[in-house]
Amino acid sequence: MVRRRFSARRLVAGVPALWLTVFFLVPFLIVLKISFSEARLAIPPYAPLIAWVRGLPVLRIHLSGYDYLFTDPLYLRSYLYSVMVAAVSTLFCLLIGYPMAYAIARASDAWRSFLLMLIVLPFWTSFLLRVYAWIGLLQNDGLINNVLLHLGLIHHPITLLQTDFSLYVGIVYSYLPFMILPLYANLEKHDMALLEAAADLGARPFTAFLRVTLPQSLPGIAAGSLLVFIPTVGEYVIPTLLGRTDQIMIGRMLSDEFFDNRDWPVASGVAILILLALVVPIVLLQRVERGNLETE
Amino acid sequence: MRKRGLFSRTALVLGLVFLYVPILSMIVYSFNNSRLVTVWDAAHSPTLKWYGILLSDDEVLDAAWLSLRVAICAATASTILGTLAGTALARFGAFRGRSLLVGMTTAPIVMPEVISGLSLLLLFVALQQAIGWPQGMGALTITLAHISFCMAYVTVVVQSRLAGFDESLEEAAQDLGARPAKVFWRITLPLILPAVLAGWLLAFTLSWDDLVISQFVAGPGSSTLPMVIFSKVRLGVSPDVNALATLMVSLVATGVVVAAVWMRQRQKRRERDAQLAAAANL
Repeated sequence: MVRRRFSARRLVAGVPALWLTVFFLVPFLIVLKISFSEARLAIPPYAPLIAWVRGLPVLRIHLSGYDYLFTDPLYLRSYLYSVMVAAVSTLFCLLIGYPMAYAIARASDAWRSFLLMLIVLPFWTSFLLRVYAWIGLLQNDGLINNVLLHLGLIHHPITLLQTDFSLYVGIVYSYLPFMILPLYANLEKHDMALLEAAADLGARPFTAFLRVTLPQSLPGIAAGSLLVFIPTVGEYVIPTLLGRTDQIMIGRMLSDEFFDNRDWPVASGVAILILLALVVPIVLLQRVERGNLETE
Repeated sequence: MRKRGLFSRTALVLGLVFLYVPILSMIVYSFNNSRLVTVWDAAHSPTLKWYGILLSDDEVLDAAWLSLRVAICAATASTILGTLAGTALARFGAFRGRSLLVGMTTAPIVMPEVISGLSLLLLFVALQQAIGWPQGMGALTITLAHISFCMAYVTVVVQSRLAGFDESLEEAAQDLGARPAKVFWRITLPLILPAVLAGWLLAFTLSWDDLVISQFVAGPGSSTLPMVIFSKVRLGVSPDVNALATLMVSLVATGVVVAAVWMRQRQKRRERDAQLAAAANL
């Protein structure tokens, strides 16, 4: 009986673990391996890492993939640009999402579930189509320009599409729910008695917010910010549809290297460098989530 | 205090407007007769012209059919795997390899899609070289790729639902002599069923929606619906995409409303049963 249970447990944990090992862990090792290989014109277009010379295995590590990335300013620029875009977008999501989450957490029970549904609903509809909608709104003869022209605020259409502005609008729009939901989960648990105590002791509402609510909501802020920042760094669809054409983000760079230049080692090198930038945030996120789970 | 409530409420209303204006604009313009998406042709609108064009477009229909098959398979497989992983993480306490499993189930959620796509394609290429399977890229490789990132979401949903229940019911069943498998089927699974269903729906949506990973692993022959939309949109705005968006939004909205009503009725029935049971005990 005990033995049977033991092996059943092994199966329950082992099957998903095995799946993830094959389809998540091993692929990364392959990316790592190819990033150190030499590109060549063949199928597949890279040289094996281990060559056999007179019966002896010889490790052939090539850093040419990385060499490119560090010497060509194009890569460095798009790398830094991506990190900056992700950081600024995270900040905007926080500034817009915090008051929204706060208002939902303080709403009455009946309103709360309805408002939460309104926040989650766009998440269930196609991401691509929602980004596409902004093209119709932002283009030169689009809705926003037409309204502004009609109101007489501008006399010529202003270029909104394929600028940093449209890129930020698209990213903030798509990732806002990822900021609001963890913030809400945190703010909803706050004890209102603490704010009342602060008020009784003479704190103004804003001071009470800064000294009581804000410090307590730091885990929510951290979780939301990381959930926005991490995927945004490697974002591909939004910058391709809404972003600038003269400055591409690193996710697009990876895709172009792979599909257009067919340079697998460089594409793999780009992937490894994106991951290196994200290792710290991902570990932080797991810490924060574990902390949030434990306080529940 | 009052003033701050006003500020956050205003922000909420403006934020919701920001979230919904783009969706509403697509719905409105899907009935517009003009080829120019943003010029409202009042004389000939509303019209269903773009719906007709959309539904007679073989490329779109084929892609939708492929996406549907992939999403159903991927959602089902990832729900099974994710439920197993979620159960293991929530109920097995500390076991060897637990932190590895935690890492492998949370990382795919935040992993940039270009990296997941690239790494999976390289895996498939390596597998083909080594064992000759899978043969060529297509529906199979897309499904396999989708299962991996969808199961991470299912795991989180199931795990947090299980964390909300204490183990006393399961322990009671065990004390009464039920075997672990029976405990799972008769006690645990019914308790987490809403989470499992929600996980399946979430996985279905994620798979149905995915563009980037599919683009890497689809190969030249097969295109999913998001891939067809993306290539249309990159060439410029096309009004039939508005019609497609309207269809998908109405489908989702209907589904969400039906689910909400169903959950509420379930809740009510459960409360009534509890009251009846309490009354019977008196």
